[in-house]
Amino acid sequence: MNAHVTEAEALAPETAPAAQEKVLLRFITCGSVDDGKSTLIGRMLYDSQMIAEDQLAALDRDSKKFGTQGGALDFALLVDGLAAEREQGITIDVAYRYFKTDKRAFIVADTPGHEQYTRNMATGASTADLAIILIDARKGILPQTRRHSFIVSMIGVRDVALAINKMDLVDYSEDRFNEIVAAYRDMAKNLGFRSITPLPISALNGDNIASLSERTPWFQGEPLLPWLESVEAGAGDLAEAPFRFPVQWVNRPNLDFRGFSGWVASGSVKPGDAIVALPSGRASTVARIVTQDGDLPVAVAGQSVTLTLADEIDVSRGDILSSVEKQPEVASTVEARLLWTAETDMHPGASYIVKLGARTANASIDKVRALIDIHTFEPAPGKPLALNEIAEAKLRFDRPFPISLYRDNRDLGGFILIDRITNETVAFGMIAPGRAAPETLARDESGAQESGVDWGRLVQNLGEKLLPALGGGVLIGLGAKLFGAPTSTAVALGLADAAFRPLVRGWYGDFRAALAKRKSDDEITPDGAGI
Amino acid sequence: MNAPLTHLQKLEAESIHIFREVAAECEKPVFLYSIGKDSAVLLHLAMKAFYPSKPPFPLLHVDTTWKFREMIEFRDKRVKELGLELLVHINEEGVKAGVNPFDSGSRLHTDVMKTQGLKQALDKYKFDAAFGGARRDEEKSRAKERVFSLRSPEHRWDPKNQRPEPWRLYNTRKRPGESFRVFPLSNWTESDIWDYIAKEDIPVVPLYFAKKRPVVRRDGALIMRDDERMKLRPGEQVEELSVRFRTLGCYPLTGAVESTASTLPEIIAEMRASKTSEREGRIIDHDGSASMEQKKQEGYF
Repeated sequence: MNAHVTEAEALAPETAPAAQEKVLLRFITCGSVDDGKSTLIGRMLYDSQMIAEDQLAALDRDSKKFGTQGGALDFALLVDGLAAEREQGITIDVAYRYFKTDKRAFIVADTPGHEQYTRNMATGASTADLAIILIDARKGILPQTRRHSFIVSMIGVRDVALAINKMDLVDYSEDRFNEIVAAYRDMAKNLGFRSITPLPISALNGDNIASLSERTPWFQGEPLLPWLESVEAGAGDLAEAPFRFPVQWVNRPNLDFRGFSGWVASGSVKPGDAIVALPSGRASTVARIVTQDGDLPVAVAGQSVTLTLADEIDVSRGDILSSVEKQPEVASTVEARLLWTAETDMHPGASYIVKLGARTANASIDKVRALIDIHTFEPAPGKPLALNEIAEAKLRFDRPFPISLYRDNRDLGGFILIDRITNETVAFGMIAPGRAAPETLARDESGAQESGVDWGRLVQNLGEKLLPALGGGVLIGLGAKLFGAPTSTAVALGLADAAFRPLVRGWYGDFRAALAKRKSDDEITPDGAGI
Repeated sequence: MNAPLTHLQKLEAESIHIFREVAAECEKPVFLYSIGKDSAVLLHLAMKAFYPSKPPFPLLHVDTTWKFREMIEFRDKRVKELGLELLVHINEEGVKAGVNPFDSGSRLHTDVMKTQGLKQALDKYKFDAAFGGARRDEEKSRAKERVFSLRSPEHRWDPKNQRPEPWRLYNTRKRPGESFRVFPLSNWTESDIWDYIAKEDIPVVPLYFAKKRPVVRRDGALIMRDDERMKLRPGEQVEELSVRFRTLGCYPLTGAVESTASTLPEIIAEMRASKTSEREGRIIDHDGSASMEQKKQEGYF
């Protein structure tokens, strides 16, 4: 493990440009308040030799003043930045850390474990390729572990490292490790993760971080840092998806040039490609891909470029240039999952501002179909959506949008809602399959669904698996499944212990039946719906 | 099948995206040009973001009157080459009051000439968004800074009242008088900056390269005597040492490092082998452990 260039490279500076060829991996760390998350990040920075001498000296000073390790180096202090956090000893806001190894550049979203900061965790997860979920080996799976796993799954993270920390405090017990791993796999089996990689670690002592620990000879996997250097994660197939180009800015330096500046959200484009501008539906052909470094023969997903077209068609900010063959649906209503991020509750029927890609419009929340409070898991029948709560809802925009599903493309299917009075960002939204949902559920019964979170199964799982695991004393709710005409009863699923489970399954069956009956109610079919 | 984008390509695309969002959604943006290496990269990215148009905003330099002379020369040359508009603002009240880094102390000087000067300029021209070259890896309190950082009409930063920024969606709504500081380099590190300067051949102030320069050892730092305003204390003498600077600011507040790295590859190699962080040479950061956070709340960039 060597974070800096090797000595040979340092002595031969002409090889330095090789540093530019690194691949970037973004990940999020999730853990409860005392799971040792900040210590783990501090440890990774330290073990990959990213901590400079003056920072170490400051750390030594701070450890003696604020530290919780009896004056020894407290790595958590490397990353707990704001003065308020130091006093309270918790990480309040999402912080970003950067480190490099020989093979990769990393951006770490260090997010708060505290319950009231769910929105910050969702923010950190929104750009993450993978998640490290920390578990205290002594405590095992806690309600927060479920909540964190649920959030990263909902935000679309598909690969998870299960870092079972504080192994030193359970005598590096293989049995304890296996027990927690088995419980986690069972709990997470319907969260849609592509991979779960368990690691027994001690962030404090450095076990299995940079190198394999002698204290866990039974552990057959890779240590954390080498694993991060080689793991394949993230949405690698965006370049293979259909071409989508949200226009950010119309570029008109003079009367002879009219270009459209934006970014390639998926697929690729070449001069001569036929495109269609949406929502107008006007067609043209790409003439040039203009950059300051010269025209490009091709632009791929992730690149910011300026396109010129062969014809003078009307294109403005917020439009999407799309491949002709595979166009997204254009719709003014969508089904979406909402994570409420504001202190003030949702006003049912109120109008908000929606920002999706480079497109802005007015939006109203037509119907809240189901509510899942991941903070307390308590049901909240008839209650408007409040901070950190998640709902499935139907939204109506005051103008048509090209619609993509969130699970196909986070940048094209994710949006924010803004309060027009306070200007606060009140919700994160993720476009979900619309009326094709019953087919999705039906298909999943036969095991055909390969990726993505199945919400029906998840709810069922919450009922069947989480409750017993939590134990009878823990109050848990599923939230309410609300659907149908306003006069129909809002079906609230709430339960206090396992005794309610048969009832829940009954209601859930009713819900599915009702949903299947309603398949023709709604107006939209977003592209790819039902997959 | 195309090769995946490298991390520098991704960082570049992300920064360009941010520039364009501001140009499209803010009424009167300005580019805070501080002349250093981060500003050089930021300016290069601004040129790319809008090409073949020129960036649709002016540059603003808040001149404390204590910048290295080579910085000012470089600034004027660069702006002319690129054909951009440059506004220079000096806090004249501060000058009249005789505020300077030697007699007033680094804290007062920075507050009056830099922080207050910046606020004066933003108010004078009514800019509603100001681009800065700050990076999250520079300092702990910056690690939590948003890309779009909302400031009150009094230019205060409230760390507890910042908007979440999921995906690449920035909420650019604001009330009259409020403004944004926008940081397109948020996710860049110092080594990314140098790698990109090398890759793109971006001009930077010659002070970053080692050369024999007149320096004075003072309070444990090597201070370059850039002009006669720096009076020698008893026992001090000017030495000609081969030095360079890792960051640039007001010359009396910027420590040099002894170095022989006079080319870009040598600088990059030296930085990779370095055992200290770049801000160590900055005297203002060490006023107290959380001092940068306090300055930011007061309106420092």
